[in-house]
Amino acid sequence: MIINSRFFNRSELMGFIALAAVLFVILPLTLDVFRLNLVAKYLTYAFVAIGLVLCWGYGGILSLGQGVFFGLGGYCMAMFLKLEASSVENTKIQSTPGIPDFMDWNQITALPFFWQPFHSLTFTILAIIMVPGLFALIIGTAMFKRRVGGTYFAIITQAVAAILTILIVGQQGYTGGINGMTDLRTLKGWDIRPDHAKIILYFVEVVLLFACIGIAQFIRLTKLGRILVAMREQEDRVRFSGYSVANFKIFAFCMAAVFAAIGGAMFALNVGFMSPSFVGIVPSIEMVIYTAVGGRMSIFGAVWGAILVNFAKTSLSESFPQLWLFGLGALFIAVVLAFPNGLSGLWADYVQPRIDRLFASHKPKAGWTDNSVADGAPAE
Amino acid sequence: MFGDYSIGDLGSIFVMQGFAGLILFSVYVLMALGLAIIFGQMGVINMAHGEFMILGAYVTWMTSNLFQAYLPSLFSGYFFLAMILAFFASGALGMLVEWVLIRHLYKRPLDTLLATWGLSLMLQQAYRSVFGAREVGVELPQWMLGSLRVTDSIEVPINGVFVMCLTVLITIAVAYVLYMSRWGRQVRAVVQNRIMAGAVGINTEKVDRYTFGLGCGIAGVAGSAFTMIGSTGPTSGQLYIVDTFLVVVFGGAASLLGTIASAFSISQTQSTLEFFMSGSMAKVLTLLAVVGILMLRPQGLFALKVRK
Repeated sequence: MIINSRFFNRSELMGFIALAAVLFVILPLTLDVFRLNLVAKYLTYAFVAIGLVLCWGYGGILSLGQGVFFGLGGYCMAMFLKLEASSVENTKIQSTPGIPDFMDWNQITALPFFWQPFHSLTFTILAIIMVPGLFALIIGTAMFKRRVGGTYFAIITQAVAAILTILIVGQQGYTGGINGMTDLRTLKGWDIRPDHAKIILYFVEVVLLFACIGIAQFIRLTKLGRILVAMREQEDRVRFSGYSVANFKIFAFCMAAVFAAIGGAMFALNVGFMSPSFVGIVPSIEMVIYTAVGGRMSIFGAVWGAILVNFAKTSLSESFPQLWLFGLGALFIAVVLAFPNGLSGLWADYVQPRIDRLFASHKPKAGWTDNSVADGAPAE
Repeated sequence: MFGDYSIGDLGSIFVMQGFAGLILFSVYVLMALGLAIIFGQMGVINMAHGEFMILGAYVTWMTSNLFQAYLPSLFSGYFFLAMILAFFASGALGMLVEWVLIRHLYKRPLDTLLATWGLSLMLQQAYRSVFGAREVGVELPQWMLGSLRVTDSIEVPINGVFVMCLTVLITIAVAYVLYMSRWGRQVRAVVQNRIMAGAVGINTEKVDRYTFGLGCGIAGVAGSAFTMIGSTGPTSGQLYIVDTFLVVVFGGAASLLGTIASAFSISQTQSTLEFFMSGSMAKVLTLLAVVGILMLRPQGLFALKVRK
């Protein structure tokens, strides 16, 4: 792991260490497997949130269709797992053995052609990246080359989310319909359901998450990131300076789509099923909310936003189902009205200066990184 | 796909499906009118529009229950009072929301989307707590039941005809208010150039508030009309919100005529396709066509030519 002062500045390094400590050490040590698996589920949304930081926070492109890419990634993974779970010996009671159960229920007798390549894990992994990436490329090219942006783009991506949901629900025989793809069992013969597998999958996911954080941070620091910000603030000036605004927007949108797809694939692995209820309009907007709550300008903030909002959702909707929607609605309004930079903005305004002052008085001591871990998680 | 039907049958099918499409068209127009005012004129993305509509539907339901309990003799006419009440209830809530929430966000249109989505969640939960999670349906007065026989094979339901007449009347009223009245001129002046409008003495904040109120009020009337053809639940509004936004965007955001034309084409395409394939595929194809056309022509069908 290369951490130098140029890649992360001091407060970012603190954020990085705090997040790594919580995700790699504290949570696995303190939580039981069930809760850890829940955290793994929350973290799949963190991938989407990181993508949204790039695309929305930096690029200024609000996409309300991230659920589409999350879903595409998740469905690609789920199709592979489902095929493996529906081997001939597992499905010999069906009228056509060897095809997924929902196809059998819908009187489909042969595996459709677009399912065939998902027998291969290599193809599946490529598809998880390429399918959503290409889809985002098509949408992005069509929209941004014609200078459609802002609210229009948001509404059209939302329509795409609606279309994909209706399509998945409507084409039961090919997609599993409203129930989605359930009963996923093994990955290349390795059972993903028992506790030790869930722990391994959790760590795989966290490593992938940090890889994505690294990529996002890299993009943010290069000239590309600066052009994205410039574009958000003064699109015309960037265009007049000779940059192709559309291409940069397409790039940011595709990156966000790929991150979301990785999140979706990890969701299918960790949670063990995929359904259209993670594709549509409502989950897509919720993903934007995680980013907004965490801070649309902060990569680490977005990860914390995804974890905390989902944690609040689980615990509040368990104990006060009535209050939860009021709370969530109020949270949206409060974040938008009162602190548009989310939790990371609050942290930067109120907590960071105090910590800086603390360090300023203890300057001779060199071990400030230890302090930051002891301070616990940022943005709480 | 036409193989099994005779020419006469096909004619009847197209007329009947066309009529079903016209009812859908009415719902779209009623919802889109309010949204066209709020989104097209003010640039505010109101995701809670469906919930304002449902408020109108619940007001209608309560009025019908009150009439049934206390004034059964006047029951046949309750709907007209209910519609007025729905307009004022949704309009008043709209003005309150504008005052508390929207007026702080005019410069950040994407944030209005998030804030009003939050509002829609709260309203949905409020409806669920007050009216219950189950869908409610109003009792129609006697004269609205049954259907008109046009020919041997063509029948049209009376409540559908009523909703369509209502749509036409409301559309004419909105067009009159926006394009003929003094207040409508003020609204359009503020939309075109806020600073100049303020400079010539228009109270732009007040105009904003009443415009938002009017848009929400029309949504309330739409909800009221909606009870005539379907039942109402806490989340019914959400079902239509994306379709309605597409109708408004497809028509060209600032154009009333465009909104009506796009509502007509979308609803007719959908209901005609519905006869030949499953409802979900018909909807997918219609929406895909709309999105495809929007990618080729982002400004919508009827774009207002303004210098920017």
